[in-house]
Amino acid sequence: MGAKIIFYLIAGLMILFSILSVSTTRVIRAAVYLLFVMILMAGFYFFVGYNFLAGVQLMVYSGGIAVLIVIAVLLVHNIDHRMERIPVVEYLWKGGVLLAGAILTILTINQFPFQRIAGTEDVSVSRIGTKLLSLGDGGYVLPFEVISILLLAVMVAAIIIAKGEVYKNEEK
Amino acid sequence: MYDFTGMIQGINNWLHSVMPDMAATVVGWVLIGAIYLAIFAVLGLVLVLAERKIAAFFQLRLGPNRIGPWGIFQTVADAIKLLLKEPVGTKRADSFLYNLAPYFVIIGALMSISVLPFAKGLQAFDIDIGLFFMLAMSSIGVMGILLGGWASNNKYALLGAMRSGAQMISYELSVGLSLLTVILMAGSLQMSEIVEAQRDYWFIFKGHIPAVIAFMIFTIAGTAETNRTPFDLTEAESELGAGFHTEYSGLKFAFFFLSEFVNMFIISAIAATVFLGGWMPLHFGGLEGFNHVMDYIPPVIWFLGKVAFMIFLLMWFRWTFPRLRIDQLMKLEWKYLLPLNLMNILLMAFVVLMGWYLGS
Repeated sequence: MGAKIIFYLIAGLMILFSILSVSTTRVIRAAVYLLFVMILMAGFYFFVGYNFLAGVQLMVYSGGIAVLIVIAVLLVHNIDHRMERIPVVEYLWKGGVLLAGAILTILTINQFPFQRIAGTEDVSVSRIGTKLLSLGDGGYVLPFEVISILLLAVMVAAIIIAKGEVYKNEEK
Repeated sequence: MYDFTGMIQGINNWLHSVMPDMAATVVGWVLIGAIYLAIFAVLGLVLVLAERKIAAFFQLRLGPNRIGPWGIFQTVADAIKLLLKEPVGTKRADSFLYNLAPYFVIIGALMSISVLPFAKGLQAFDIDIGLFFMLAMSSIGVMGILLGGWASNNKYALLGAMRSGAQMISYELSVGLSLLTVILMAGSLQMSEIVEAQRDYWFIFKGHIPAVIAFMIFTIAGTAETNRTPFDLTEAESELGAGFHTEYSGLKFAFFFLSEFVNMFIISAIAATVFLGGWMPLHFGGLEGFNHVMDYIPPVIWFLGKVAFMIFLLMWFRWTFPRLRIDQLMKLEWKYLLPLNLMNILLMAFVVLMGWYLGS
């Protein structure tokens, strides 16, 4: 009973803030509503006992991505700036399409026979850490390393793109 | 010897025996919340007074000395004044975000305090990602400063907020990595287990050279995280007025002010828990008699004593060093602390792998 109330409370707030986030005319408020959605998502993970993912959600999405979006908005937007308001007709048909998509997804998910796999209930940090760096069966060391190299390449590329003109000028 | 687990369990059982389960759970939550809010308020009062007294000590003054003996009720009077003050805001501010921003900062600080172990069993939320949770919460506090600075619609506030964003995001790396260095020895992120792992030696002794380096990096980066001098570019009085909280007054200003001091307590408490043994008394493996004598001092005293030492250190920094320029600040983090930190982690991993720490 208590669990159901909490679930519907979080879910309802998430839907509310998602709608606010796409319907507001101020970009910074949209970013703040998005932050609320991400924090509530972390709340969901805490609720199902998946603490590590909740921590990552808070740190990466709420503390990292949302802060970056806000900094970007801070740099380019004046406080009096407003985005143009979307006509009600567009709201209606886009909302209808989204609702149809949501209903289709829910129906499909309900049809699929999900099964509980034994031995996946333990989600402690030490288990995640061991699995992430283990070479044996069910270890994730290769994807982990590949992703870190990919991220390094992305960082270098981003710096080159951002500083490209400066380097060209220096060569002259 | 001083184990509070039984006491807390007893209170919980008593609550469940006098009322239905649901009500008992809710009453438990409310009690814990009230206790932590009280801790929060008392911390604010004590730390502000301590700051003023220590500043006076370093500047050869007396400090507050009018209200109560040695001026110890000065901050109580200040708090009453702040509560009764008329809230003054800017007309063209974004009122929703302007009013929301202080709550981000204060809720972030309050959530961080909940995972701190004050003694064995005296901990509200012993989650298995304890330390990680604290870091995540501190990154949410940045949001309040950014939004507050922007929503005030004031040039100085915006400048302060931008500086603070750049500074806190950069120094979060150093805080995280220096803690990670010590976590290598503990093998757990849970606060109670980190303390338990220091039963024989505190980590700063156990990890000798790399642990001492990590402690120094953490102290520097922690000072920067709390926006205190020599890293107080965010609210540099002489250039920005008061930085991000220029336009705040009354209770909302008090929220920013209070959370700044509580953040200092949190950083000191993390340092005390991770490096200096938390509530664990001063133990040396093998010296049974000595350890036994040390056990007689209550763990809460040990914890608060270590935190007080760290807070004194941070205040000493504040009243000794001049403020850094923004380029010096960035250079210190990205060119010195970060590479040093990464090398230090490697060194620590090697030490742990070879078993070259004390008591191995």
